[in-house]
Amino acid sequence: MIETKTLRADFPIFERLVHGKPLVYLDSAATSQKPQVVIDALDDYYRRYNANIHRGIYTIAEEATQAYEGARQKVADFIRAPEAAEIIFTRNTTESINLVAYTWAQQNVRVGDEIVLTEMEHHSNLIPWILLAERTGAVLKHIPFDSDGYLDLDAARQMIGERTKLVSIVHASNVLGTINPVREIARLAHEHGALVLVDGAQSVPHFGVTVADLECDFLAFSSHKMLGPTGVGVLWSRREILEAMPPFLGGSEMIGQVYLDHATWNELPWKFEAGTENIADVIALGTAVDYLARIGMDNVRAHEIELTEYALERLGEEPDVHLYGPRDPQRKGGVIAFNLADLHSHDVASIVDRDGIAIRVGHHCCQPMMRKLEVPGTARASFYIYNTRDDVDRLIEGLDHVRQVFGIARG
Amino acid sequence: MVDDLYRRVVLDRYQAPVHRGPLADANATASAHNPLCGDEITVRARVEDGHIAEVAWEALGCSIVHASADMMADEVQGRQPDAIPELVARVGAMLAGSDEAADALGEIGVFRSVRRYPARVKCALLPWKTLAEALAASHSEPRA
Repeated sequence: MIETKTLRADFPIFERLVHGKPLVYLDSAATSQKPQVVIDALDDYYRRYNANIHRGIYTIAEEATQAYEGARQKVADFIRAPEAAEIIFTRNTTESINLVAYTWAQQNVRVGDEIVLTEMEHHSNLIPWILLAERTGAVLKHIPFDSDGYLDLDAARQMIGERTKLVSIVHASNVLGTINPVREIARLAHEHGALVLVDGAQSVPHFGVTVADLECDFLAFSSHKMLGPTGVGVLWSRREILEAMPPFLGGSEMIGQVYLDHATWNELPWKFEAGTENIADVIALGTAVDYLARIGMDNVRAHEIELTEYALERLGEEPDVHLYGPRDPQRKGGVIAFNLADLHSHDVASIVDRDGIAIRVGHHCCQPMMRKLEVPGTARASFYIYNTRDDVDRLIEGLDHVRQVFGIARG
Repeated sequence: MVDDLYRRVVLDRYQAPVHRGPLADANATASAHNPLCGDEITVRARVEDGHIAEVAWEALGCSIVHASADMMADEVQGRQPDAIPELVARVGAMLAGSDEAADALGEIGVFRSVRRYPARVKCALLPWKTLAEALAASHSEPRA
């Protein structure tokens, strides 16, 4: 189990007060806080061995290259990728998905081919495919979810067929928290020769995800949601797929031989990393991965299940709190979407902010989902390793404060 | 205090709006959507003899949007449409920090406290911008 008290001391942000109150940070689904070791890793690179990587002959350039490529190995180990060369660094999950849309999909998807998504996708896994459909004439299909927030697998079986080229689905919903049965869907897709992309932005930081367990072909996730810095995303795919894909961005680093009118491409993974990479942030992501591995992802998951169970229980006792998504903490991530009475979520967030409580509100980059839920937005509390039951209690008190301000009775 | 903002400025109008609803014979209409927070608002005005006779609004938004729209409807009644862009600019200046603008705005000046909630400034401004757009596009067909 996680000793939250000692672990919180690793995160300097919890030393500060917000409006005179200790910070209750319930927005890790948007971005996680950073432990001191990650902040130190950035500082250390810039102070001690700041140099461009890969072609430097001198000592600090070699140190920087080793640290950068070392981070790639750490990320590969973290998701049990067969080899580090299958880890491509991008800017974020969104860019990782766009990379696939502009290379593999651009090359393989034709008019009338089908891309299967779900109704619970983040805009980052909707818009790249809308753009692809506009470019290629591909058809988009969406697996619906039911009133409890679970995907309709019968509909998925109907939808995935001979015309399906790609199934691109979120592993854990950033709003409902639903953990989707990715492997089952991947097997369906593979039966029909389609590839499978998994948006792991909300799962890789929390569950101990391995590419073998998912049986997917592409996995995309972001550093900043897993204790690492902003500005780094990851795309994993299998070597044979990556090798057959055309390059994404062109420039230095991604090349083999360059002539004035043609060029050859570098080996994996550098074929997809044009220009000077985000060296410092990648190195610090490596440190974040070490930190998580030391805690153990089973412990991370167990902590979040316990906290989610407690929060669902406490919020469930509030008669005027409307909860969205699964109620089973085993089948959802540490994400709880809710509304209080008929209040707009922005009003709720503004008032609890004055109590030092950070929750996210609005459509959470899931406008089609909000339309289906028939709400303009929701409030959302999301948890990570540093959250405690006390944070949940403070949120419950904050909701009381909201009721007082609006002069509404509980219930 | 957050309570002050809500108690003094927002709550009366949010809970008992005077100008919410459709407007018969509107001849200026605009709708706006704030993609960041999902708020939607429609503002309708009836302009007669070169003056704003009446304004009404409908919105899917937070209490600040509602309160701002409702107080705006009072404030602009009887004014000339040409004067509205300057008024909207003054509301914008107030929300950006100008006490002078806030003092010049009379009752609307109570919205100056929204400044302390930077994320909410756009909520207070949304009805005003939408009214200005409606008047600028007046005589054209209402948009969905």
